[in-house]
Amino acid sequence: MNIINIEHIAKIYQVGTEEVHALADVSIRIDKNEYVAIMGPSGSGKSTLMNILGCLDTPTKGLYDFKGQNVSQMNDNELASIRNREIGFVFQTFNLLARSDALHNVELPLIYAGVPTAERRERAQAALENVGLADRMRHKPNELSGGQRQRVAVARALVTNPAIILADEPTGNLDTKTGEDIMALFQEINSSGNTIILVTHEEYIAEHAERIIRLRDGLIEKDEVVKERLVPNGNKHF
Amino acid sequence: MKNFLFEVKEGLIISLKAIRANKARSVLTTLGIIIGVASVVLMSTAIKGINQSFQKGVASLGSDNLYIDKWAWFNNDIPWWEMRNRKDITMEDYKKYKELAKLPLAIAPRVNAFRTIKYEDKSVQSIAMTGTDHNYINTTNLTFSEGRFFTEFESKGGRAVVVLGSEIAKKLFPFGGAIGEFVKIGGYKFKVVGVLKEQGSWVMGSWNPDNQAYFPFQNVFKYFRSRHRGSVTIEVRAPNSQMVEAVKEEAISIMRRIRGLKYNEKDDFAINQQEGLLSNINKTVGVIQIAGLLITGLALFVGAIGIMNIMFVSVKERTKEIGIRKAIGAKRRTILGQFISEAAIICLIGGLIGLGVAIIGSMIIAQFDFPVTVDADAVILAVSISLITGVLSGFAPAYTASKLDPVDALRYE
Ligand SMILES: Nc1ncnc2c1ncn2[C@@H]1O[C@H](COP(=O)(O)OP(=O)(O)OP(=O)(O)O)[C@@H](O)[C@H]1O
Ligand SMILES: [Mg+2]
Repeated sequence: MNIINIEHIAKIYQVGTEEVHALADVSIRIDKNEYVAIMGPSGSGKSTLMNILGCLDTPTKGLYDFKGQNVSQMNDNELASIRNREIGFVFQTFNLLARSDALHNVELPLIYAGVPTAERRERAQAALENVGLADRMRHKPNELSGGQRQRVAVARALVTNPAIILADEPTGNLDTKTGEDIMALFQEINSSGNTIILVTHEEYIAEHAERIIRLRDGLIEKDEVVKERLVPNGNKHF
Repeated sequence: MKNFLFEVKEGLIISLKAIRANKARSVLTTLGIIIGVASVVLMSTAIKGINQSFQKGVASLGSDNLYIDKWAWFNNDIPWWEMRNRKDITMEDYKKYKELAKLPLAIAPRVNAFRTIKYEDKSVQSIAMTGTDHNYINTTNLTFSEGRFFTEFESKGGRAVVVLGSEIAKKLFPFGGAIGEFVKIGGYKFKVVGVLKEQGSWVMGSWNPDNQAYFPFQNVFKYFRSRHRGSVTIEVRAPNSQMVEAVKEEAISIMRRIRGLKYNEKDDFAINQQEGLLSNINKTVGVIQIAGLLITGLALFVGAIGIMNIMFVSVKERTKEIGIRKAIGAKRRTILGQFISEAAIICLIGGLIGLGVAIIGSMIIAQFDFPVTVDADAVILAVSISLITGVLSGFAPAYTASKLDPVDALRYE
């Protein structure tokens, strides 16, 4: 079943008199529980695509059908609500609230979802335990390592139990070892039924996914299945 | 609701941190709110104090009273020189009026002299000595803490007896025991027969019963001034408030007869009422109000601009945070609410400080015989004014924040 269906999406920026086609014409279908990597040179439109898929941005042209709903027609509030319930973001720069501890950062999406305090607390704690940070709940981002921060971000993305996880270069700011750990976490998340879309510059990171979509100049260059999937921490799978 | 409270708490913590980080700026921005709230609270407290005192005065002197006098208390239509040229109202006029008037409940004459009262080495200066007769007490609601008013017998005999107002008694007899003692008024000995309870109408100044002393009127003429100089005030009490107008009509017609006025001549006397006093007090209150509102308005305006400014800076500094919040599902109104509550809380803190300043200010004022107290209403006023200012000044920055595009905001460094 398609969870995401975009057809002839374009995103055009007007810079002065010039039109920048960040995305020219992109059509993709993604199934439930798929694990997709998006690759491409810098400026090829990966982040733009992720923003549209994540309902942070709307396309200039084309149709975006998310779980049977026409997202291209939605207003700000409806988009915010979809982001809150259906989408979990993981960013390259973590994007945690600097003044709040890990627990509160993970609780925040649940606050916006209107989950009662006790349940919220419980779910946030479970999510943090799930990413191996049971003993770091009261730490603020600047008291955590990069890898730990990213795990807080993953916990925050997972806590609402969203339909898809969108990760834009989640390992970009991490060393290889820590990046591997995050990839292991993603593997686990994917095996428990979540759909993951991941942007990366690293071939070996992309090969953890089942499918790689390659972008160039706002167009799909290649959409391929990964034949030999990598399993985190060195073991080859299949 | 819970979420809202949580968000408010979150906003409070964040804004408190921002305030701590920018102490000087924060103090300056809340200064306007502090001054504004302090002045509005002081103003309303002062006005309330004045009104209360006036009500007390009316209560102790009687609200259904008329004062027949040569001078109109608060009439600005008649020039003062015209009033000055009027014939004095004499004791004879009073006696005739008393004979002819059918409607009043009680009638008493009043002549005043300002004198110093002494007891041993203590003295109080410029006391309004009220010379009157035994009926006077029936024209008022004065109450006694000790003793009594002078009797008909003492009154008719013009005895050297005196009733002291509470403030005078307090100063001359700080340990009580005034009854039966002799005080010296203008050098003459008077026996104290009564001490009044505190009536508490400081707004009336020397006409406050607390600052007056009462003795039979004959004493005024005997010791202090000629019978033929100065005018008598006739105090008249109507049986009830419905009768006040009728008593007034009757008084006018009787007085015109006594004074021998022809039909085409104007009244050469005034029938004064406490309403006159009220309108005079309202003028004072009006001046305080205008001054207070001006200061308050200006200070709050400056304060609001300051808060707006600090909030715009805060929104700018926290663009990234806004982007993060939006990305994980904060709606526009959530962001709007967050920043508005922050502004409101900053203002509330300023308002509470202002309230504290006002409370201290009122304590200081109370030292100067102007007993005002900040009450619950003032607290509500302070809180609501600061909250409203906060919401109004926070709205524009909060609106800007809520309209930020999440992608742009996330990209902001
Ligand atoms: N707000 C904007 N205004 C104008 N042009 C934009 C804007 N956002 C993106 N672009 C342009 O769109 C193109 C795609 O940008 P995008 O951020 O999607 O690239 P990317 O593939 O994520 O690159 P990178 O790998 O460096 O992150 C770029 O040429 C960029 O300059
Ligand atoms: Mg990018």
